[in-house]
Amino acid sequence: MFEETPHIRQKLRVETTAKSLFLLMTVFIIIPLVLIVTYMIYKASPVLSLDFLLSKPIRGMRDGGIWPAFLGTLYLVLMSLCIAAPVGVMAAIYLNEYAKDNWLTRTVNLAVINLAGVPSIVHALFGLGAFVIFAGIGRSILAAALTLAVMTLPVIITSTKESLAAVPMSFREACWNVGATRWQTIRGIVLPNSVSGMLTGFILEVSRAAGETAPIMFTGAVFYKAIQEGDLFAYGLLDQCMALSMHLFTISTQVPDVPEALPYATAVVLLSTVLAVNALSIGLRVYIRSRKKW
Amino acid sequence: MITRKQWTTISEFLIETTIRICGISAIIFVFGIFFFVFREGAGFLFSKWEPLKFFFSTEWYPTSVSNKRYGILAIIAGTASVTVIAMTIAVPFGLGAAIFISEFCTGKLKEFLKILIEFLAAIPSVVWGFIGLMVMNPLIIDLFRVPIGLTALNGGIILSLMAIPIIVSISEDALKAVPDSYREAAIALGITKWQMVYRVLMPAAKNGLLAAVLLGVGRAVGETMAVLLATGHAVQIPGSPLDSVRTLTATIAAELGEAPVGSDHYQVLFVIGIFLFTITFVINLTAYLIVKGIRVQHGES
Repeated sequence: MFEETPHIRQKLRVETTAKSLFLLMTVFIIIPLVLIVTYMIYKASPVLSLDFLLSKPIRGMRDGGIWPAFLGTLYLVLMSLCIAAPVGVMAAIYLNEYAKDNWLTRTVNLAVINLAGVPSIVHALFGLGAFVIFAGIGRSILAAALTLAVMTLPVIITSTKESLAAVPMSFREACWNVGATRWQTIRGIVLPNSVSGMLTGFILEVSRAAGETAPIMFTGAVFYKAIQEGDLFAYGLLDQCMALSMHLFTISTQVPDVPEALPYATAVVLLSTVLAVNALSIGLRVYIRSRKKW
Repeated sequence: MITRKQWTTISEFLIETTIRICGISAIIFVFGIFFFVFREGAGFLFSKWEPLKFFFSTEWYPTSVSNKRYGILAIIAGTASVTVIAMTIAVPFGLGAAIFISEFCTGKLKEFLKILIEFLAAIPSVVWGFIGLMVMNPLIIDLFRVPIGLTALNGGIILSLMAIPIIVSISEDALKAVPDSYREAAIALGITKWQMVYRVLMPAAKNGLLAAVLLGVGRAVGETMAVLLATGHAVQIPGSPLDSVRTLTATIAAELGEAPVGSDHYQVLFVIGIFLFTITFVINLTAYLIVKGIRVQHGES
């Protein structure tokens, strides 16, 4: 056996200290997440119910539920997905299947990274300048959804690109060898084999878009809008709408004397929606990995 | 009559063209963002903009009746102070967690921690702001015995929690990119894990770690709703972390709704937007070049 010299003991002591320090740091990041979520649910519990979700705010938003805001968020998110998904998927197809390694491709990659890094409030300024004023759409669900779509485009491009890259090259080569064109190969072989990976990207886009506030603040979201309870088609494309994130901002800063539980409950609904959607995306990813055939 | 073969060729051409246009859409949008923000702010930028006063005056009185003044020095100081506080917390904790997740744990625990970090990244900024306003505010008042808890410290802590997931995931990628042969060689020499991290991995991954920190800074500078709710919104150069501050992003978010479209005030807010866009563009470009530098170094194409 080796004998433990003081030097080795010292070394191992440092090792243990370092390891526990890193563990501690990780735990310190996780703890706030758990504490905050628990605390918020506790504070929200008095009003949290299905009724809260399905009824509209009353008495100047000091009572009642969040239905118009919830429905507005649903509209914004689905519309932004409908806009961003086709463009993002095609962009990813271009980057992964067509692009050669040249300056244009590098510029596109740089642009994707930059688009993801642009502050949300600058996206809001862009949406206001381009869609609301220049295109003349006005403050509306459409303008807000377009702004959200531009903002979340990098999420879709990145995740779709990854799932396309995961399809083995031999699949494509086999298809080309039987005489299929590039697009036929993509449609018949590449897309069907990467569709579930793309789905995780779409879900992630939904989670991002649902939480955003700044980009929709000046492009289509309003403080209050009266709609019929339970009416799923209450908003038109060019209407302004309420949104969960905006509603949380409004009732926690702009409206005086709101009972404490209301903003907490709104925050919990927003947070759990976003986290649930995110969990769905993670679950799908794990499922795909476990079923991978090649 | 178009034969089937011709039809295939035509539709293939149409689809490829669409794909190519969508392919460069990211470039179009980045230019579009710059163009449209610039377009709205141009009126002020070319006629009344005084760069010296704009950047070096602390007097921000956009709605004064007699003498409107647009100096953003105090607001820049606000953004800088919350960013510095956020990074002081986020860099050590983010790097520490990345090293722990990447090097010290394996299997289920690793997956679990990565998922938790992903959840942390998914929390919407307005919810973070709400936490700053409702949870941290009373906490800071109690702890430091100050009259108001909406301070640079509050915003900094919230921002650090928002920047940590980015720092963790990008640092972890950087550590993962270090070839395993480095680790094997180090272990063969009989050194401990910590020595390997400190002497081998950190020097080898230092560019990637730097990029991670830079992207964290970019996130902190650009964050809007969280700082709007948590920092107290006072235009002043902070003397301590317990002073209220206002950031560039929060200024735009708070005042754009009230500024009449086309007025000087409205245009100045767009000029601030151009400034913000430029800062984050430079940060992202630098991070991109650093990461690209690593690829060249490791011999990947």
